[in-house]
Amino acid sequence: MTANAPGQVCLMQGNEAIVRGAVEAGINFAASYPGSPSSQVLGMLGKIAGERSFYAEWSTNEVCALEACVGASLAGARALCIVKQNGLLCTADSLHCGAQHGVKGGLVIVTSDDPSAHSSTNEFDSRWQAESASVALLEPTTMQETKDIVPYAFELSERTGQMVIVRLTTRVCHGRGIVKLGELPEKSHPLQKVREWDRLVCVSYLHAPMLERLEALRSEFEDCAYNHYAGPEGAEKLIVAGGTGRLYAQEAMHRLGVEDQAGLLTLGTLWPLPERYILRYLRAAKEVLILEEVDPFLEQHLEALAGKHRLSVAFRGREDGALPKIGELDPDNVSAAIAAFTGTALPEKRAASHLELPQRDMTFCAGCPHRATFHILKRVLRQEKNPGVVIGDIGCYIMSGQFAGQYAFQAVNCMGSGINLAEALGQLTRYGLDQKVVTVCGDSTFFHTIMPGVVNAVYHKANMLLLVLDNSATAMTGFQPHPGTGLTAMGAAAEPMNIQRILEAMGCKVEAADPFDVAETERTVKRLLQEEGMNVLIMRQPCATLTAKKQKKPVRVWVDQDACLGDGCGCDKYCSRVWGCPGNTWDFKNGKAQIDPVTCVGCGVCAKFCPSGAIHVERGEEA
Amino acid sequence: MRELKFDPLNIVVCGIGGQGNVLAAEVLGSAMCDRGCRVAVGETYGASQRGGSVMSHVRVSNKMDPSVLIPSGEAHIIIGFEPLETLRMVRKYAGRDTTVVYDPRPVYPLGVLQGIQQYPAVEDIAAEIDGLTAMAVAVPAAAIAMEAGDSKAANIALLGAFSQLPGAPLNREDLEKILSQRFKGAVLEVNRRAFAMGCEAAGKGAE
Repeated sequence: MTANAPGQVCLMQGNEAIVRGAVEAGINFAASYPGSPSSQVLGMLGKIAGERSFYAEWSTNEVCALEACVGASLAGARALCIVKQNGLLCTADSLHCGAQHGVKGGLVIVTSDDPSAHSSTNEFDSRWQAESASVALLEPTTMQETKDIVPYAFELSERTGQMVIVRLTTRVCHGRGIVKLGELPEKSHPLQKVREWDRLVCVSYLHAPMLERLEALRSEFEDCAYNHYAGPEGAEKLIVAGGTGRLYAQEAMHRLGVEDQAGLLTLGTLWPLPERYILRYLRAAKEVLILEEVDPFLEQHLEALAGKHRLSVAFRGREDGALPKIGELDPDNVSAAIAAFTGTALPEKRAASHLELPQRDMTFCAGCPHRATFHILKRVLRQEKNPGVVIGDIGCYIMSGQFAGQYAFQAVNCMGSGINLAEALGQLTRYGLDQKVVTVCGDSTFFHTIMPGVVNAVYHKANMLLLVLDNSATAMTGFQPHPGTGLTAMGAAAEPMNIQRILEAMGCKVEAADPFDVAETERTVKRLLQEEGMNVLIMRQPCATLTAKKQKKPVRVWVDQDACLGDGCGCDKYCSRVWGCPGNTWDFKNGKAQIDPVTCVGCGVCAKFCPSGAIHVERGEEA
Repeated sequence: MRELKFDPLNIVVCGIGGQGNVLAAEVLGSAMCDRGCRVAVGETYGASQRGGSVMSHVRVSNKMDPSVLIPSGEAHIIIGFEPLETLRMVRKYAGRDTTVVYDPRPVYPLGVLQGIQQYPAVEDIAAEIDGLTAMAVAVPAAAIAMEAGDSKAANIALLGAFSQLPGAPLNREDLEKILSQRFKGAVLEVNRRAFAMGCEAAGKGAE
């Protein structure tokens, strides 16, 4: 990643290409909060920050990250902020204010959208934020472009005094492709003293200069290497691709043999749109097919552009229904759309049998402490007079809304929202809502956005219970350090923030418990539910993936099939059917329980449930 | 540059999170890149640690920059870590020329353990995989890996079996060299054993 070997060719992941591009741009500052699919970027930057003498941090949340980048820009620093789609929305106020006051050092935001929501709760299209804030938006297609676009974005940001957003999608972040390395600068970008009359201040009279910057960007994009055209002159059928669609389209046109029947216009500068450049091809076109990820952003803007110039063009795309309205583009839906667009037949496929294939649903990992937490919580709430209300939040534990957590919660909004939804319900318990109110959050989420909600709930004396699922990790995105872990992105030790003491300082009644100590913790939850006001229980047990890494000799858990009563047992196959751990499976031949030795990590909690004592645990040694 | 039987050559690696299939795809991709080919790899692992289906696409070409996803019906080789997941991918990606190597050991989805879904008979899965492809070899990779000393080496056993397929772009020597570059000490020894056993099992399975 830091080899100064210009011209060397390597296989690089999109996230790695961003890192390499940032190093080639000589960045001074990088800040991020983890979010898939771009979580890996800052982790990699943190590892090389010392060597390349820049600063990198896992910020407490995305707002901290972007605002820190604005601060760095004031000192002329090249600052890179990395967020996912939802994180960009968190920064919306800062983004819009920043767009109005502009930047001094280059400020680039890399945002990763997750079409089809492979590792997200929703699909979202970041391009609207660029339009709304009036900042530049670039979208690369190949890994080479992804690397090259970062230094370009920094130069552009400095030349125009405006932030630049680089939008990636999952297939770029988590794809790999060939990248030819560029040169590394000898030193990082030079910092500049903050002068007495430097101003990055958001005030209303800066609205007009912001719009002027937008027009300067538009002129720049009228002639830009990231926009290009291939195909016949004056094509009546025009395919317009922004992002991943281009490579799918090139291959599909080749496969279908329609390369000379339609033109392919690729746009890498998606806001502001280079209108004159686009019109050059739009004027000749009768029919246009738009390939883009998530929303019909280009489709709507090109339709408006055609309308403004009174062009009679038919538009096909996501809005029109030529492509699915939701979900990511892929070679198949793009091929089908191009076949229909050009009136070509698709190749036929061999038919599969009618054998029904079971789905493979997500669940908590083997040995996950969350499984025990939700098992306890559901047991306690079922014993209440009225079933309680559980509000979820964002983290691995969002799966508790599914089978994995026994369908535990009734609502989950965005990250950090659980405490506030619960606060409202906690207030309503004084107005006739006769139910116990519980919400959960993870340790990383606690620092991210839960703390203001706790202040609110304590101050207003909401009747509720907050479970802090402290697994000592930002587990969902790959174990990035957060303020509770005692580590920084650059590998330095830091004084870990103590969640219990923070909560006590805020005036909460706080207790801690171990979810693996099932019986005792169940009693604690039951008792806390009866207490008035804002109560907190910290569920302490490290993430199973972390624990598994630390063990020298694996723990062995096994089923004594002579002791297991099998199908006939009164437990109704609790271990494999209800507990839902991937390590607890069923021996269909013998009709008895068994442990999958490949998956089991040896937490041993299932042994505590087995009414026949058939599950045995042999402890390993701690490393 | 390596001669390719198909261009682009398309390889699907599929299984369940945690089985090491993303690593296997990455190893294949970088090995082909080192041989001067254009390579693209697409990984779908949103649910990787959490028991969901995982697949990677590896695409190799001497002519073009392929996209990171394989069009349906266009896979030439499918490496499967689990029979159900293999059949799922065969239905979508197999064509007339597809060869398959897979581990026939079922890993039951939760729905099956709960009793609300049925896991098809392994023989029915095998029959359909055979019917939809040119050639399919079943290799007990997880069992081999455990015998070699570590269940995590199942991916390496499957790579061994893969190297024996007609049309594989990397042969046994190529992959053995890569293993010795990537791993050290005891891990290398386990992987070497698993790899050799995978090669032999593929020979037997194909007979």
